[in-house]
Amino acid sequence: MADLTSDFIGIKSPNPFWLASAPPTDKEYNVRRAFEAGWGGVVWKTLGEAGPPIVNVNGPRYGVVYGADRRVLGINNIELITDRPLEVNLKEITRVKKDFPDRALVTSIMVPCEEQAWKDILPRVEDTGCDGIELNFGCPHGMSERGMGSAVGQVPEYIQMVAEWCKEHTDLPVIVKLTPNITDIRYPARAAKAGGADAVSLINTVSSITSVNLDTMSPEPSIDGKGSHGGYCGPAVKPIALNMVAEIARDPETAGLPISGIGGVTTWRDAAEFLALGAGNVQVCTAAMVYGFGIIKELTAGLSAWMDEKGYSSVAEVTGRAVPNVTDWQYLNLNYITKARIDQDACIKCGRCYAACEDTSHQAIEMKEGRVFEVIDAECVACNLCVDVCPVEGCITMEELDPGVIDARTGKPVEADYGNWTTHPNNPATRAAE
Amino acid sequence: MANSERTPGVVAGRLQREALAENFADLHEPFDAHEALVAADRCYFCYDAPCINACPTSIDIPLFIRQIQAGQPASAAKTIFDQNILGGMCARVCPTETLCEEACVREAAEGKPVEIGRLQRFATDTVMATGAHPYARAAGTGKRIAVVGAGPAGLACAHRLAMKGHDVVMFDAREKPGGLNEYGIASYKTVDAFAQAEVAWLMQIGGIKLETGHRLGHEIMLEELQDEFDAVFLGVGLAGVNALRAEGEGHAHVRDAVDFIAELRQASDVSTVPVGRDVVVIGGGMTAVDAAVQSKLLGAEHVTIVYRRPRDRMSASEYEQQLATSKGVRIITGAAPVRLAGGEHVTGIELAYTHDGPDGLTTTAETFMLKADQVLKAIGQHLDGAPGAMALDGGKIAVDGPGRTSVDGVWAGGDCATGGDDLTVTAVAEGRDAAEDIHATLMS
Repeated sequence: MADLTSDFIGIKSPNPFWLASAPPTDKEYNVRRAFEAGWGGVVWKTLGEAGPPIVNVNGPRYGVVYGADRRVLGINNIELITDRPLEVNLKEITRVKKDFPDRALVTSIMVPCEEQAWKDILPRVEDTGCDGIELNFGCPHGMSERGMGSAVGQVPEYIQMVAEWCKEHTDLPVIVKLTPNITDIRYPARAAKAGGADAVSLINTVSSITSVNLDTMSPEPSIDGKGSHGGYCGPAVKPIALNMVAEIARDPETAGLPISGIGGVTTWRDAAEFLALGAGNVQVCTAAMVYGFGIIKELTAGLSAWMDEKGYSSVAEVTGRAVPNVTDWQYLNLNYITKARIDQDACIKCGRCYAACEDTSHQAIEMKEGRVFEVIDAECVACNLCVDVCPVEGCITMEELDPGVIDARTGKPVEADYGNWTTHPNNPATRAAE
Repeated sequence: MANSERTPGVVAGRLQREALAENFADLHEPFDAHEALVAADRCYFCYDAPCINACPTSIDIPLFIRQIQAGQPASAAKTIFDQNILGGMCARVCPTETLCEEACVREAAEGKPVEIGRLQRFATDTVMATGAHPYARAAGTGKRIAVVGAGPAGLACAHRLAMKGHDVVMFDAREKPGGLNEYGIASYKTVDAFAQAEVAWLMQIGGIKLETGHRLGHEIMLEELQDEFDAVFLGVGLAGVNALRAEGEGHAHVRDAVDFIAELRQASDVSTVPVGRDVVVIGGGMTAVDAAVQSKLLGAEHVTIVYRRPRDRMSASEYEQQLATSKGVRIITGAAPVRLAGGEHVTGIELAYTHDGPDGLTTTAETFMLKADQVLKAIGQHLDGAPGAMALDGGKIAVDGPGRTSVDGVWAGGDCATGGDDLTVTAVAEGRDAAEDIHATLMS
């Protein structure tokens, strides 16, 4: 059996699945249920300053995007940080950590960009016995209007400054949670590292409007006829998150900086993908909100089974495995040539490949008598669209042409050697160098 | 004392009212909105979709399902009605398992097609529930057309003609319009007087005058219609029922299955419809299944379908056959009636095994008896008196292309005409296409 125990920047947990700072981790009751269900760790819902807590809207705070059969693909929310008093949260954190010493309990914090504010709260958080802190520089709604959340995360200088304050005023490990609402994720990550942060976690939610009520002409979720952008999360944002995690993992300036991967982790496979692209552990929210805490059993059993199958004995062995294979477009091998192949036995003759190719791609599929669909090699550029739209898994595949074989499209033999854009004769830069 | 399944003879009220009500409820429960969305989500929106080609009326099925997905069942219904104004009835009675749903690629993929029939019903019911009719007539053309027969073919033809601005008089021999939709389909397929509701909804187009109790060759004559109208469409169906040509056919309680089915459909209370204890239905088509299943549902103790050819030659679909057996109907194939036994009324039927050889189907010397106090004949119908000097083909009115008969100015469609399967949906397509051809001819 693969060892799922996790050591993330010194914070130990029985498995690499933490619940992200969000509604599921807002209070003792939920967190106890999560730990009893088997979650490895929890990032407690973000704490704010002492004093009167923030207030939330009293109308709907979530919007949704559905796939087939009302399957939730994405949720957005306009909930703010915890709306319960700081003292209550701190007491509860203390109690829970005491009762679950083997679980990771990290406290998320968001206070104004003033050193005194951080200096005030950090010792109180430290007193709970929690394992670390996560700086919420990510929330794109509400708090950002008050100069916190993503308003900080979008300014690398602020990230570095606050990270430095935290490292100075607490001995707890510091995780900086990053917002994806920025052009290049590497800059805030570099700032976090420069500020001495022990790790980054990403992504926080994506600024979004999920839908518009066409009767009231109000964005959803609608509060008395008005809507405000929210933060989008769930499976729909996973591709964005994977890319940002990979960008940080392969950036020479941040390489090796521990990453907690967040964004649409729904099954063990999603988690394995985040790990492969450089995450040391993962945080989950939407899947738990949709299906409840019971999914942890599938997540842990699934990851463990896959690791056994592949011969990985620890989570750390998986982390970063795919990073060397993430590269820039210009280094992709242009001599790698494939052609679509349709398995006629598996084909159910829906013709979606044909419609997609004929209408929107390269007219490289022929529809023959009896709805037989065949690839025209002379036209196929191997774009993969037919594979993507085919409803039958494995029916259409991409077959690699061996070196020396004539590519019917170009009439030229497939070259054996690797060749990319940097050396391609059509590249103006190549010509300029001559 | 109340009757039961074991009461001998042909009697009514074999089952309690509650049991009868349950037995004659909707065969397929309609989808609710959520079920419809789940079912609609399964459609792949195929290119040049096989289901469209399998539909005799060529409904753009992927389009209407996508419209349901997109939250507009009324638009979906319009897509259906554009091709098939009786889309509501067809959604209920079409043998989808041998048409659109058989062609569905998910049948090939998973053995479970998109439930096109039920989705079509969801869409069409949505519109019909509002009572609104989504078509308006074109400006009047001054042309008058006689439509003979208010069954599926006649209704589709009349509607299309009226829509194009022609004035239509629609004649029917029976008391009510609808043809087989009203008189010839199992009750559990068209509950709540749907056939009449559909005709009333269709007639909202305007420009159609209905004359019931007018039978061709009796109250009305083709020659007179030709004189009086600019064109005539014949959708008279097959009113004659084929005889068994077996000894003893004249015994009491030996009757045509279509009459039995019609009696059931017209009964305001099915507990008043008598049925035998041991019912034998002769035939292998939909009529045989409808009669057999309903006999069972009325409380007959034993119901047997006897078909002379092998099972795979039955024209009732496999689904219909399974429906029959699931209700407790026994199906005997490869046997043909040679004699009906009995005195005042039938008591049994002697059947001979058949042999399908190079000389066609022949009966063997080996026979057996089935107990029967009621025998229902469902071995096919024929044209009841060919009108005028019209060319026939195989006993049906010969038509060319879109329903043109050998007589100028007379079109025909539905079961009475050649071509196509004898299905409601086929009749609708033929009526519609004839209307288009009549319109083109009259307006040229």
